[in-house]
Amino acid sequence: MNIRFDKLGVIIAAISAYAAFAAPFATFRANRIVPGQARSILEALPAITGTLLLVIVVAAALIALFKTLLALRLAASVVALAALALLIGVAGTFLTPEGNTFARVSPASGFWILIFAFTLLLADVLTRLNLSPLARVGVLAVSALAIGLLLISGSWDNLSILKEYFNRADSFWAEGSKHVTLALGSLLAAVVVGLPLGILCHRVESLRAGVLNVLNIIQTIPSIALFGLLIAPLGWVATHVPGAAALGIRGIGTAPAFVALFLYSLLPVVANTVVGLAGVPRTANDAARGMGMTDRQRLFGVEFPLAFPVILTGIRIVLVQNIGLATIAALIGGGGFGVFVFQGVGQTAMDLVLLGAVPTVALAFAAAIILDAVIEMTATRRRVETA
Amino acid sequence: MKAWLPSLLRLALVMLLVAFVTNPGWFVPLLKPLTENNAPVIYNQGSLLTLTLLHLRTVLIATVAATIVAVALAILVTRPAGAEFLPLSRSLVNIGQTFPPVAVLALAVPAVGFGEKPTLIALFLYGLLPIFENALTGLTTLPANVVEAARGAGMTGWQRLTKVELPLSAPIILGGIRLSVVISLATATIGSTVAAKTLGEVIIAGLLSNNLAFILQGGLIVAALAVLIYDGLSAIERYTARRMGREAE
Repeated sequence: MNIRFDKLGVIIAAISAYAAFAAPFATFRANRIVPGQARSILEALPAITGTLLLVIVVAAALIALFKTLLALRLAASVVALAALALLIGVAGTFLTPEGNTFARVSPASGFWILIFAFTLLLADVLTRLNLSPLARVGVLAVSALAIGLLLISGSWDNLSILKEYFNRADSFWAEGSKHVTLALGSLLAAVVVGLPLGILCHRVESLRAGVLNVLNIIQTIPSIALFGLLIAPLGWVATHVPGAAALGIRGIGTAPAFVALFLYSLLPVVANTVVGLAGVPRTANDAARGMGMTDRQRLFGVEFPLAFPVILTGIRIVLVQNIGLATIAALIGGGGFGVFVFQGVGQTAMDLVLLGAVPTVALAFAAAIILDAVIEMTATRRRVETA
Repeated sequence: MKAWLPSLLRLALVMLLVAFVTNPGWFVPLLKPLTENNAPVIYNQGSLLTLTLLHLRTVLIATVAATIVAVALAILVTRPAGAEFLPLSRSLVNIGQTFPPVAVLALAVPAVGFGEKPTLIALFLYGLLPIFENALTGLTTLPANVVEAARGAGMTGWQRLTKVELPLSAPIILGGIRLSVVISLATATIGSTVAAKTLGEVIIAGLLSNNLAFILQGGLIVAALAVLIYDGLSAIERYTARRMGREAE
């Protein structure tokens, strides 16, 4: 017989075996801040369900271990992930004593390691399938839908992160929309200012080094310092410029966070615009000039479309970076998901930290996948058109 | 611009930085206007010099660890035995970058406790991508005739790696390390939100007590360190690139 092991599968099987049999699946705590007690899969779930989960995990790990068909590996990873997602909710209900509102059940290391192992398997399958950009966005949409359905169905309601959410549902959405406004708004402002600045730098060579150096130096100022340094000038503007305060410009809060994110966003936008425009083939420009196009026509009709994928790459960097950096705005009263992270760190309540961190990571991840897909689509379209 | 001007500016910045962290008292008159109600002008809960050195130590440890892992990973996936890991490792390192540093810090706390360790974990993860990407570029874009010649000369795989491939990729790998160090220097300040001893402590003290002088001195020391280190590493990179006859990025 010719049995062949999959190299990645060996790693996946090893870590899932450890996670399923040696690491705790869920943590039970009598209230939200006391240390927890570990529960293994069989202790955290009703006997039949627990056994079923172990069988699924072992089967999926075996499928990963040997060289098997891609479709089978895909099915194994999806089934294992779905079972884990569903059953952690069941564990929440099973471990919470009837009518006890203080008890907290949260996923423990074993659960997270299993999720990591099978996400690794799924990521490997998806990479090997070499999906088209649209299909990748489709996979993202389907997973988002599945998680949304799980949340709405209430099967996770007994997990501690959702209990934290129910305690502050209103402020969650308010901070969430502030977070998105900060990240997207500052990106928009950076594009409005950065694109013309990039074009200017491309055209006027004497400006280029100077502008890029200044923007480079801004990047080296640590984010918390830049946020703090903007408090004073914006406070001054708020008190001395008529109408500024009415627009919501204040020394602390959203305004300095917005300006800081805007300043950080400028370098990738400007630099990528310059690089993109410099990469436009000379022949394309010569042809356009030969056709009698004016400078403006050449910019919008030829140079800009050809440089577009590179500029988009800059925008992708900015968006992912901004979603992460916006968490720091909470330190200066700017709001955003960071509020929960810092509150949680202060109270050593990790579920609260998760409530802020999980949506941030999910947003950044989704933004990266969607923009990568858009970049790939525009890049291939250009290649087809210019071919 | 005259050729000696940048060097002179650099030297002036170094001297200013050293003077500031060793003798901050000299700069009190400059920073005084930024404080209110007779608040202290210079950070007074620890010496700036110690904090600067601890900051640099944190970044150094994280960068060395990230360099070892990233270069080892890049070597592994460019060998025939590890080739099947190449696409996966690329997407994993990419995904790692979408985790915001604050989230990584906060989530590492329950596992390793407050202090320097969560900061090291966050900086390590953040440092991986640029070094890995560059090491991969360096190792996969070697001039084919050189690699062929090494093979023809009867070098073993190990000899080719250590005597030909790594030296030739060194300038590009250094470029990745430079990016990673600059990112880490700024990110390390966030570590102070979980009680790591870095220059972020000065900035956060300033934010909490509304003391602009603290925020400015913390921020400027970090920025000056980043500019100087960036410059220094660029110079080393150009030097190795010249020796290897390859264009640095």
